[in-house]
Amino acid sequence: MALYSDKVMDHFLHPRNVGVIEDANAVGEVGNAKCGDIMKMYLKIEDGIIEDVKFETFGCGSAIASSSMATELIKGKPVEEAMQLTNKAVAEALDGLPDYKMHCSVLAEEAIRSALEDYYKNDPEEKE
Amino acid sequence: MKIYADNAATTKMSRTAIDTMVKYMEDTYGNPSSLYMIGQEAKEALEEARETVAKVINAEPREILFTSGGSEADNQAIISAAVIGAKKGKKHIVSSAFEHHAVLHTLAKLEKEGYEVTLVNVHEDGLVRPEEVEAAIRDDTCLVTIMMANNEIGTIQPIREIGAICRKHGVLFHTDAVQAVGHVPIDVKADNIDMLSASAHKFHGPKGTGFLYTKKGIVLTNVIEGGAQERGKRAGTENVPGIMAMAAALKEAADKMEQTSPYIKGMRDRLIAGLKAIPHSAINGDEEHRLPSNANFCFEGIEGESLLLLLDQKGISASSGSACTSGSLDPSHVLLAIGRVHDVAHGSLRLSLGEDITEEQVDYIIRSVGEVVEYLRSFSPVWRDLQSGKAQHIL
Repeated sequence: MALYSDKVMDHFLHPRNVGVIEDANAVGEVGNAKCGDIMKMYLKIEDGIIEDVKFETFGCGSAIASSSMATELIKGKPVEEAMQLTNKAVAEALDGLPDYKMHCSVLAEEAIRSALEDYYKNDPEEKE
Repeated sequence: MKIYADNAATTKMSRTAIDTMVKYMEDTYGNPSSLYMIGQEAKEALEEARETVAKVINAEPREILFTSGGSEADNQAIISAAVIGAKKGKKHIVSSAFEHHAVLHTLAKLEKEGYEVTLVNVHEDGLVRPEEVEAAIRDDTCLVTIMMANNEIGTIQPIREIGAICRKHGVLFHTDAVQAVGHVPIDVKADNIDMLSASAHKFHGPKGTGFLYTKKGIVLTNVIEGGAQERGKRAGTENVPGIMAMAAALKEAADKMEQTSPYIKGMRDRLIAGLKAIPHSAINGDEEHRLPSNANFCFEGIEGESLLLLLDQKGISASSGSACTSGSLDPSHVLLAIGRVHDVAHGSLRLSLGEDITEEQVDYIIRSVGEVVEYLRSFSPVWRDLQSGKAQHIL
């Protein structure tokens, strides 16, 4: 038995949407280096739709895989839908995480939410 | 390429050890406590093993107690010294901040029972200072326990000096030598050691076997009750195959130490030189006073578990002191003890080489670590901040 599911390893070894969006209109960063995990999400939102998303992560294998999966789950989705993303959905999409790694999926949820809050702050009219 | 570079975690059993083990499972399988022939043969073999083990560390056979490994030996040594101390009203113990948990957790248990523990600092070079040990000794100190070589960073402590100080003050001295036995020369008499713990699987012997050396005259307290084995100090039918294999492995390791040690050290130095060339990296612990096999580094801007997983993909088995590999939020207590800040300690890598390592493999490790570190930094927000000047480099 490997430490992680095949899905986690796939997203860890071949992370989707890695990098930076230079003209992002929403950026969120959560975690801290002291605890060993930092996630940064860059979103490009147009007409309430997440047109593009990229991430940078300092952390363990499941933190990188959770970031990657979270970006896949929200790409092309309306902002309201992305706001509903839960850590459980991220972990399930990865075919599960070890118990002591669940906080990585929580961090992914928080990183997306933090970016979306940044978006609302920058563009208050978007907020109902 | 497949490279096992985690010999500090465990070693592959030697052929001699395996063959010895099989002999005592297949042929001489009797219980040493039985009176018939194969029982008595096993008993004789056991005493031969005791002699072999004793000789390697310049002890007497009766001073060797076979245990299930290093952790049990550590537990029994510390508990025994605590019991002896309590009888004289001495309930203070001196140790260091970067001991193995088999020592630290036993000390924590004793603290709950009313003992006092002083942990001396470990300096940035991964070494304990004998004069600081001496300063920590009080009138009611019953034990000093300081490891011989650290299990993570491999630094070798000034055991002989610390032992001499303990003798001077009439305090028992125990050393957890799990990482050192079979790898560096040990002479319990010259090194002023009263008690010493060792584990077979760290020197190409089997798992589940170890020993505790206790200087004549020191009375041990049982941690396992239920029989007269091991002079009544450790109950349970002796693990004859394991003990015989341990003795064979230890003799083998000691016999060839003079040849293997400089070779491994040479490979290790090549590895250290190569890893040092990676920007913003640093070796953990003194370069000279360390086990011949150990290289331990921190790399800024990356996290250890992802480093290990990617090295595993390249066929390299190594370990890390990052929090994520331990299941806790804090990185290794050893790295914190030598003053590494959390952010940096998460990005640590321990490589511990075996005698079969080749120059080609060392170069492959250097190349692979360089590639993986660079890759992980390419999407690390911590590294981005360091590069942009938003945060300051520490290494």
